[in-house]
Amino acid sequence: MTTLTIAPVLIPLLAGTGLLLSRRLIPLWARRGFNLAAVGVQVAVAVMLLATVSSGEVLTYNLGNWPAPYGIVLVADRLAAWMLLITALLAFFALFYAMQGTDRGSRHFHSMYQLQLLGLNGAFLTGDLFNLFVFFEILLLASYGLMVHGGGARRIRAGLHFVVLNLAGSTLFLFAAGTLYGVLGTLNMADLAVKLAETPPEDVGMARTAGLLLFAVFALKAALVPLHLWLPAAYSATSAPVVALFAIMTKVGAYCLLRVGTLMFGPEAGPVAELYTSWLLPLGLVTLLLGALGALSADELKRQIAYLVVVSVGLLLTAFGLDSTAGIAAGLYYLVNTTFGTAAFFLLADVIASRRGAALDRLRVGPKMSQAGLVGGLFFFTALLVVGLPPLSGFIGKFLVLQAALESARWPWILASVLTAGLLGMIALGRSGSVLFFKTAKGSPIAADPSASIEAWQHEHAGNGTMRLLAVMGLLALCVGLLAASGPMVDFCTATADQLLHPQGYIRAVLAPLSAGVNP
Amino acid sequence: MVSFCPPRSSVFITEFNRMNLPLVILTPFIGAALTAWAARFGARRTAWVAGGMTLLALIILAPTLTAPFKGEVIIQRWSWIPQAGVDLAFRFDGLALLFTTMILGIGLLVILYARYYLSDDAQNPKPGMGRFYAYLLLFMGSMLGVVLSENLIVLLIFWEMTSLSSFLLISYSYQGKEARQGARMALTVTGLGGLALLGGFMLLGKMAGSYELSVILAQGDVIRADPLYTPMLVLILIGAFTKSAQFPFHFWLPRAMAAPTPVSAYLHSATLVKAGIFLLARLFPVLSGTPEWSWLVIGAGLSTLLIGAWFALFKHDLKGLLAYSTISHLGLITLLFGLATPLAAVAGLFHIINHATFKASLFMAAGIIDHECGTRDMRRINGLWKFMPYTATLAMVAAASMAGVPLFNGFLSKEMFFAETTDFFSDRPWGWMLPTLVALAGVLAVAYSLRFIHDVFFNGDPINLPKTPHEPPFWMKVPAEILVGICVLVGMFPAMTVAWPLKVAATSVLQAPPPRFDLAIWHGFNLPLLMSLIALFGGLLVYSARKPLFRQANRLEGVLDAGAYYDSIVRTVAGFATALTNALDRGSLQRLMVVFVVSVIAMGLAGALGSGSPLTGPRALLAADAVSVFIALALIVVTLATLILHHRRLTALVVVGALGLLVALIFVKFSAPDLALTQLSVEVVTIVLLLLALYFLPQRSPRESSRPRRIRDTVLALLAGGSAGALTWAMLTRPHESISSFFLENSVPGGGGTNVVNVILVDFRGYDTLGEISVLALAGLGIYAMLKDLELTGLARDARGRAWNWDAHPSIMAALTRLLLPLALLVSVFIFLRGHNQPGGGFIAGLITAVALIMQYLTNGVAWTHQRMSDNMHPLIGAGLLIATVTGLVSILLGYPFLTSTFTHIHWPVVGDFELASAMAFDLGVFLVVVGATLLILIHLGLMHDASHPDPKLQQEPR
Repeated sequence: MTTLTIAPVLIPLLAGTGLLLSRRLIPLWARRGFNLAAVGVQVAVAVMLLATVSSGEVLTYNLGNWPAPYGIVLVADRLAAWMLLITALLAFFALFYAMQGTDRGSRHFHSMYQLQLLGLNGAFLTGDLFNLFVFFEILLLASYGLMVHGGGARRIRAGLHFVVLNLAGSTLFLFAAGTLYGVLGTLNMADLAVKLAETPPEDVGMARTAGLLLFAVFALKAALVPLHLWLPAAYSATSAPVVALFAIMTKVGAYCLLRVGTLMFGPEAGPVAELYTSWLLPLGLVTLLLGALGALSADELKRQIAYLVVVSVGLLLTAFGLDSTAGIAAGLYYLVNTTFGTAAFFLLADVIASRRGAALDRLRVGPKMSQAGLVGGLFFFTALLVVGLPPLSGFIGKFLVLQAALESARWPWILASVLTAGLLGMIALGRSGSVLFFKTAKGSPIAADPSASIEAWQHEHAGNGTMRLLAVMGLLALCVGLLAASGPMVDFCTATADQLLHPQGYIRAVLAPLSAGVNP
Repeated sequence: MVSFCPPRSSVFITEFNRMNLPLVILTPFIGAALTAWAARFGARRTAWVAGGMTLLALIILAPTLTAPFKGEVIIQRWSWIPQAGVDLAFRFDGLALLFTTMILGIGLLVILYARYYLSDDAQNPKPGMGRFYAYLLLFMGSMLGVVLSENLIVLLIFWEMTSLSSFLLISYSYQGKEARQGARMALTVTGLGGLALLGGFMLLGKMAGSYELSVILAQGDVIRADPLYTPMLVLILIGAFTKSAQFPFHFWLPRAMAAPTPVSAYLHSATLVKAGIFLLARLFPVLSGTPEWSWLVIGAGLSTLLIGAWFALFKHDLKGLLAYSTISHLGLITLLFGLATPLAAVAGLFHIINHATFKASLFMAAGIIDHECGTRDMRRINGLWKFMPYTATLAMVAAASMAGVPLFNGFLSKEMFFAETTDFFSDRPWGWMLPTLVALAGVLAVAYSLRFIHDVFFNGDPINLPKTPHEPPFWMKVPAEILVGICVLVGMFPAMTVAWPLKVAATSVLQAPPPRFDLAIWHGFNLPLLMSLIALFGGLLVYSARKPLFRQANRLEGVLDAGAYYDSIVRTVAGFATALTNALDRGSLQRLMVVFVVSVIAMGLAGALGSGSPLTGPRALLAADAVSVFIALALIVVTLATLILHHRRLTALVVVGALGLLVALIFVKFSAPDLALTQLSVEVVTIVLLLLALYFLPQRSPRESSRPRRIRDTVLALLAGGSAGALTWAMLTRPHESISSFFLENSVPGGGGTNVVNVILVDFRGYDTLGEISVLALAGLGIYAMLKDLELTGLARDARGRAWNWDAHPSIMAALTRLLLPLALLVSVFIFLRGHNQPGGGFIAGLITAVALIMQYLTNGVAWTHQRMSDNMHPLIGAGLLIATVTGLVSILLGYPFLTSTFTHIHWPVVGDFELASAMAFDLGVFLVVVGATLLILIHLGLMHDASHPDPKLQQEPR
């Protein structure tokens, strides 16, 4: 039982507490440095963890030294380590961006940032359903706090919608977890998997109901149709570094659908086997199309990107819904691309908005922006990445998903939907790029009225623009790395998918009788 | 007359060690970056860099150039994503040779030409030239990638990159609306094709079991017999047709003429638009020879040939004429590949070369004219012969070649084309249709070529030109001279010039030695010659009758405009997208909740129904006792009362309070004193919080929902409640066997406490509690951060006009609470300490303390309280989190997992035996966070009531 397993939870908890306590004691630059260093340590820890579990080993950590299924257990397998690394890398660049001035928007930004990471890391590591609920709560509260960061009527309103809807989701989570506990008498996910596979016929209805209620909870987090409508409003209203970090939030939902769908309702789950996959695929495809149509209709860049996030959720869950090693592996590859790509896009949209005066990120004629060549080049690059056009990793991800889909009986539907959504996304971004960079008004830009909106105020107080572009470039560089190393990456993703579809190793690792089940 | 015998040996493949092919592709990309960089040192240098990099690519290619002539196919590969069958594999054969030479050769000429085209005069290049060359090289690299790829997916990647780089090139003059719209249209149409092509390639790869051309090309029969052949073919053809501007996707090409003319000369005559035809040629052995292929390819080719030729005749814009004539010629080549005979394929390849040479030179001439005259309108440009006889000669030779006049290269391939069409359907009824239509296209081609020559160079004097035209700089003419020279050379000495490369290219297209073919000017009197003659004289006739024809064409304007259909489709799709999105996404919370509730009910029912399990489980029901029935009824009554009274907010709040107390009673009934205590204290805090919030709201909420909406909500509520009730019923009627017996057994020996609830909270599931106090801390910090800068104006008077605060701090209550404070704190300490063994614990104690302290605020006011107690609760929250975390860390230091607990009994003098558990330290952390977060929230909610305490000092704080 190595401390490495729990380190991704302990570091943000301690860092967040430290930042809270030191709020009045040390200056802002020092807190920024401390926060960034803490995220850097999380990157290092995630790399070490990934290196350890890449052999296929499943690390477990029994909290309080209580044996599973009685105590809470943390489980680090390939998938968990993969998600941890993505989260930490994303957090690093989003924070770097925030440090250029956005973090002044409200108090407690830095401590809440770390606590948000606590929520994310905890959710990826836990092997206990109720504990997952707890970390969902941390996530919800931290993201709510970060979301309304900076204030403003639009942000507060979107935040209210977000928090009310998610509280309803949390309540449903309790219903679902309670039902599972009521029927099966346990909350440990590995134990649940064992017991679900042996569900007697008279209890199958309860187990299925509970499973599908959980599905709804996760689908809400992931923004799967029809529970996707909260996302565009919420994501387009909040500040750039926060929404960049939120690029991983929908993936928490997708992660849970994958984890619970393969571990508890996977191919070996007997009477409740394949409970999720029959839903994931059709809903994923509808999500894909509705997201693409939304992107086409958007009149602001940030809203458009938010809809492209919905598109990526659709593609991701379509891939997971294929329920094959290749499908899940393709999804895991694509997940990296879409997380970094959409995050970079949100950050870039903020830079663009800050250079277009009163036009902000609205898709209409505005003044020519400074460094238009560089910003335009980055826009072009990011657009290719997000919409999945060659030669970047977005295309490879989409291609891998389609290739896996060809093995499915429903391939014509998948092929048609994915390609159509790609076309719509391309038309949408082509139009945006044309308006933002080509269709510029003559004459000097009209400066934004700082009192008119919170965004304008923030742009007034924004720091060095070039430093902010550096954060964007960092995220894009990660995607280029992904592209170059596609071979090894696909290998890893395939191994991960294989581990997920054969959950016996996970279950054995968690439920293996502890040699020392006695407390000191 | 020279003819070729098929060689004995068949095609064989060589794996070269050299890696020059990827370098050839990479060089222009590096060149693009270098050019963009070189632009800092002056625009003129960029031309040198661009030209130099193109030459370098040619030099790198040189060692392999001879291989196809020896019958070798060079394959070079790097492993990339072998799991998915995608490797960076490149292929160099006859077809690749033909295209790479064209891409690099014409590329070099265009770079030279653009150097002058993009300058106002020979010395002053425009500043955007670096950008232009960078885009041009990006395109060149992508195009080289397309023709050199061995792996279809790699080919597709480069294919899409050609679309993207051509988007950049067309929108080069982005200030113009036409450029922006033309670029987007080209991107959309070719992008659509690219996506279809991806689908087609994936199906093809699935059939062949590989994306490698070498494997695929060997399996023509297998693939043509596959049930998925037709969808695959359609998808691939959509890709090829969009790129090569075939009907009905041809409309993007004329609009792409908004690009600078060098781009048109390069992309829209020689390279980009040939990519689709390249693909037809590349996959010819696999795809061709089926009825589907014939119908689709011949159909598209023939209609494109005719439509292009027809529209070309009526365009007044010089480049518009050339664009439609390009479309027509692309249709011609497509038609040839559609005929699917080996000789037709040879003729197609031949026309690719010829069209590239004469059309590129024509575009260059058009560019010179545009550059010198300042307009491209043929109604104004007349009689240029007098001003630029040299350019006129070049243009006239190229136009003659385009028309198919003997002694120029266009004649030869057109002759072959005529011959193939007469042979193809000769044995079928209606077989004469094809040659007739083809001859008609020939007539039109002659007519528009004549128009190009006569209108521009003769036909009176120029009308209102912005500039006085004169011959261009010497070097601007050189590229056109070279190309026209090739036209003439090939036209006069075909066997000596083009025959051998053509044969090599044909070998790789057919994957077999090509049949004998004659490249000669004179084949004797035959049907093709007759067709040529008809075309020439017919063309003369049509041109002389152009005036009435133009009047007719004006009337037909817009009737057959595919671009207009495209626009309306795009508008419809965009309109549909907006309508649908707005219908779904109304930005209403109520709507979000309705969708959520409906989805959840649907999911729950989907799980329960059809599973075959009974709703009611086997467990025997207990007899209902009076207390339970009473509480249940009371709960129902109170819930209904809340529903009815909710418009009167304060009253509703009181009723909700009763609800909370009833729940506490239920906990008591089920022997859960911890829960009851918690519920009670939470209830108090909640009511205080809601009261503070109510201050900002009107006392009565207006009725906003319409009747149908209330009915809908009632139905939903009943459904949701009914479902939740059914779920609960199903659960409660089943036997419950859980892991909880472990907790009961291990609470004392393992956790050191007899209060199992508390031991679960701080030990068995202490990690959950740690998470929950983080939630509480976050709630406090989040609410604080949000409220801190919020200024709300509260009411000074109530609804009846009475002062809100006539007695803010009633003295009797103040005195009482001050007395109560130490007592309450004492109770809190007591509850905390007994927690591990008796009902109580850090959470309840924290709430009690918070309530006791908030009482001081309520009764004595903020100012009074702040003199005695800091309102800064952040250190308290931080300390609580730290203590709880550190408690867990200590066990790591001692070699146990995080949060492992220990306990011991110590003997205190006077007090007696006392148990000390490490979990108590953890519980202290819980206590502190609860106190800190609760107070933080309540205090700052209260502080917003600016009416009662407008103290600016309280608002000062660092961020």
